[in-house]
Order: sequence, then structure tokens, then C-alpha cells
Amino acid sequence: MSEHGTESAGEHVSQPGTALRLEQGQVEGAGNSEGQVGIPDRFSNPGLPPHVSRSADLDEVAAHRAERQVATLFGISMVATLTFLVAYFAIDQRTYQFIPGIGQASLSNIVLGVSLGVSLLCIGLGAVHWAKTLMPDTEVTEDRHPQRSSDEARHETVETLEAGGRASQLGRRPMIKYMLGGALGLFALPLVVQLAGSLGPLPKADLATTFWRRGMRLMRDPEMTPIKASDVTLGSVFHVLPEGIDKSHDVLEEKAKAAVILVSLPPAVIRVPRERDWGHDGIVAYSKICTHVGCPVGLYEHRTHHLLCPCHQSTFDVANDCEVIFGPAHRPLPQLKITVDAKGYLVADAPFLQPVGPSYWER
Amino acid sequence: MNALGSHRRHPAAIVILLLLGLVATGGLYSLLAPRPAQAAVAAADDVTAGHQLFLANCATCHGISGQGGKIGPSLVGVGAAAVDFQVGTGRMPAAGPALPQVPRGKQVMFTNQEIANMAAYVATLGAGPAIPDSRYTQGDGNIARGNELFKVNCAMCHNFAGSGGALTRGKYAPNLRNATGKHIYEAMVTGSQSMPVFNDQNLSPTDKNDIISYLHDLDKNKNPGGLSLGNLGPVSEGMFVWIVGLGLMIGAAVWLGSKAA
Repeated sequence: MSEHGTESAGEHVSQPGTALRLEQGQVEGAGNSEGQVGIPDRFSNPGLPPHVSRSADLDEVAAHRAERQVATLFGISMVATLTFLVAYFAIDQRTYQFIPGIGQASLSNIVLGVSLGVSLLCIGLGAVHWAKTLMPDTEVTEDRHPQRSSDEARHETVETLEAGGRASQLGRRPMIKYMLGGALGLFALPLVVQLAGSLGPLPKADLATTFWRRGMRLMRDPEMTPIKASDVTLGSVFHVLPEGIDKSHDVLEEKAKAAVILVSLPPAVIRVPRERDWGHDGIVAYSKICTHVGCPVGLYEHRTHHLLCPCHQSTFDVANDCEVIFGPAHRPLPQLKITVDAKGYLVADAPFLQPVGPSYWER
Repeated sequence: MNALGSHRRHPAAIVILLLLGLVATGGLYSLLAPRPAQAAVAAADDVTAGHQLFLANCATCHGISGQGGKIGPSLVGVGAAAVDFQVGTGRMPAAGPALPQVPRGKQVMFTNQEIANMAAYVATLGAGPAIPDSRYTQGDGNIARGNELFKVNCAMCHNFAGSGGALTRGKYAPNLRNATGKHIYEAMVTGSQSMPVFNDQNLSPTDKNDIISYLHDLDKNKNPGGLSLGNLGPVSEGMFVWIVGLGLMIGAAVWLGSKAA
């Protein structure tokens, strides 16, 4: 037992109804009427703070003023509603008007929005102001009555249920009981199957393959015109999609995997021999889908030959096989092997040999 | 003493004196400040005139015959378009080798004729992109198609409305507001600093005109809502909502809960 306090040492036994001061030491409860020791089961009720009257309660003039304020707010709301109704028909939707602080804005937009907003707002403001100033604000306590039903009601309920059970003969007829259980239980299955079954088709190999096939021409996005190798001059960047992707079954899903960025570097700058082999005369093609979370990596800085992803700033060095030099990506961008066909157009020589984009469980 | 003298110890006296001093200094500077080097144009030939301007203003960094050096890159093969763009937007002559990139200058230092002369001279150093035909820089093309092309090729660096964006290590793609059609075309065709090259086989002259049309339409700034907040998307709009919107809501909540007078 620790001893605190300066004036009173030792423990104190609390009496029900008296409050203890903090420095009076450890509390030992007086216990309940049976003599069990513990914290007292009732603390003294400090009561409510003294009631502060509002000016509208005491002064008739203030009450009138509050009434006028509420009426004004409702009146503003009415004016605003009428403004809305007039403006809806009167203002041409193509009118642009200079409004100080905002600039050139569509007048119809502004007037309709402001008037409707003010009309609704002032209804609310008026109601709240009325409640705050004029409606009663005395504190009210509502006793909570015990929720337990009477013993008689409980007994009757149990008896009714038991009688119903006996009357249904369920106890005497086990076959009904089992078949009922089976029918109801089995009926849950169509619901579950529909929920689970409508989650969509299984991805199978979708994450590991793209639309690219050997021999597909590289097409400019969005024009979908083929690219000649001679068009790609030093320092150029082309945004590329495979030929025929706009006719595919799931265009957006395919485009989200097959987007490619075509970059032209001086061959001498490329440090990885495989990158040079898979390109054509310094023109290299890489997947545009970031290996971090999948944003398109389109920001090519041609002096430093760094490729930047705008979402989380993963930076890839195109001269070094798109190795990650900064940022949260962990894997370099996959390269697409390209070559030229007989007419001089750039074509893919092989599909992507590794999955593109972010990691997934099986990768 | 006179009326002015009797106010000499007024607290505003020091402010007025400072203002007078600033005005005097500024006026003297504008009268006596040195002007940029203007080569005396003796020859009538554009290329020769351009050569002399080049020697006076560009050779220190770019070399006597434009071969480049430690400070400035080689200008062989950049073409007249590059000169017209860089000098015409004030980027060149640069005050010095600026890292991370040379900013757009505060003013253009040369007249249009001088820029044309310098461009003609640099074009002779090596074959490169020429100043574009004015037919394709008018901005009278298809705005919707220009938007589509801009979205795919330009928006990742320059923002969906050309408001500019950040690149790595302090480099940036500048804001495209109020850029002339000719400079937009030239920037695409020459690939200035970090910007890649969009030659006429990648984006045809008509495509470039469409992109110019889109950018010029944005300059008219017909936003139905008025303030575009810089077209920066969730950044500026979020700031507005968090500061103004949330502030108003907190104020409303405080008012709702407070007792009336």
C-alpha cells in the first residue's frame, strides 16, 4: 500500500454519496449491501451545469429580432428559388460572362448553381437559427426503463413456441425434418454459385501474354499507320500498338498490355549487345507498361536516354536495356524484338518473351 | 520652415525617400545599362549577316564554326528551325551553361530579321529541319484530332492541358500557354533539350497543325466553370477543396454546435 497525500495518510474507505479528492490516497470501496468489498456501485451524480439563458428567452425585443432574422433567411431562399426559375429559361447556355474573382465563366452555370445552392442553404440556415434562438433549449433527461420483459411474458412466449413445435409434428416425423433441411440447405447453392460464378472469367495465361505476334507491324498510336524504319530519325519517339489490336475482342485490355514505346538511339550508346541485336540500327522497342504498378512509361528524355514513369517516378535507362536506375520498380522493362520487313516497315520479330507490367503471384 | 520641412520627421518620410531612391536608380539603369551585342551589319547577304551575329553572340559557347565545345553543344545539323525556336523564345543566348536545363528567357534579344539571318547561317552548317511553312502553323486544323494526338504524344510530359510537368533531376517540360504556332512546330521538329524529336514522318505537318489548333483553343480558356486553377488536375483542385471547402464545413459544424447568444 503506497501512502500519498500530505494531510491524510493511509487508505480511505469511501462512503456512498461522497466524492474523494485525488490526493486522498488509494480508494477502497465500501462495497455493496451484502458486504462485498470493491468500488461502490453508485457514484454521486454531479448534476447538470447551471442553465444559461439566451437573450431571446429573456428579452422580447431580442426574440422579435431573432424572428425577423429567421424570416429574412427564408425570404432569401424564396428569392433565390425564383431567380433559379427565371434564369433557367432566360439565360442562353452559350453566354460567357466575366465574373470578378473567377474570370470568364458560363453565366448559366454560375447563376443556376449559386441560386439553387443559396435557396437550399437558406432553408437550412433559417431552420437552424430558429432552433437555436427560439425553440426551447432546456436540458431534458429521459429515463431509460429496464428492457427485460416481465417473467410472465417470457414464460408465455416459451410455452407458445413449444406448443407450435408440437403442433407441427416435426418432432414425430423425422423424414420431414431431414428433407426440409436438405431442401433449404441446397437452395443456398444457386445463390452462392451465381455470386462466385459472376466474378468474371479466369485469367488463364492472360497476364503472361500480350497481343504481339511474330510478323505484326508496329503501328502509330492513335493513327494506326505503319512505321517505316527510315521514318525513325535519331532522337525520335514513337508510341506504338500492334497491327490489328483495334479489331480485337477486348480492345482496352489488350491495349493495356501491348503498348510499346519505340526509341531511336545512336547504336554506339547502347551498352548491352542483346539490346542492339533485338533492335534495328539503334531503333529499340520496349514495353510501355511500367513494371511497378502498370502506368504507361512515356516520358523519354532523349539527351540522357532516361525513360521516366510519371506515376511513381521509376526511371529506366534505355541505353542499358531499360535497367531501373531510380524509383520503386524492381524489374527492367521487357524488350520487343523488332526487324524490318521486305517493304521497309518495322515489324515484331517475336512476341514479348517475358510477361509485361507489374508483378503478380505466379511471376 | 516650409510645409515640407515641417513634415521631415513624419514616419512616412523614410518610405517616400526610399521610393524616390529606387525610382532614381532604376531610371539611371535603364538609361545607362549596356545593350546586347549588335554586330554591325556591313554585308547585304543574310547568311553573312547571320555569321557575324553568330560570331558576336553564339561563338563563345558553341564554337567559332558551330562545332560545339564543353559549354555548348554542336550546332551542325540542327537546322534553321532550331535557331528560330531557341532564339525566338528567348532561350538563347543563354546566360551560361544552366543545370538542370536552360530556362525560357525573359525577353527575346534579337529582332525578327536578325533571327532569320542567324537561322540562315546555321542552316548552312549542316542539313537540318527548316523553318516550317506558315500554312501548317496557323492553328486552323482539327481541334479534336489535335487533342487525341496531344494526349498520346505530349500530355505525359506537358500535362493534359499543356500546363507543363516535371521530369527527372530538376528538368521540366514547360507550360505551353500562349506559344506561337511556329514555335510549337519547331519545338516538335527539333527536339529541344529533353524533348524527343517528332519529325514530319512521325507527326505529319497536318497533325502538327492540329496540335497547334488544340493548344490555341486552350489559350482561349473557355472554361464553363471560370477558374481552371492552372489545369493541374487534382493538385490545385484538391488544395482548393481542402482549404476552402473543408474550412467552410468545419466553420459550419462549429456554428451548428454553438449555443445562441
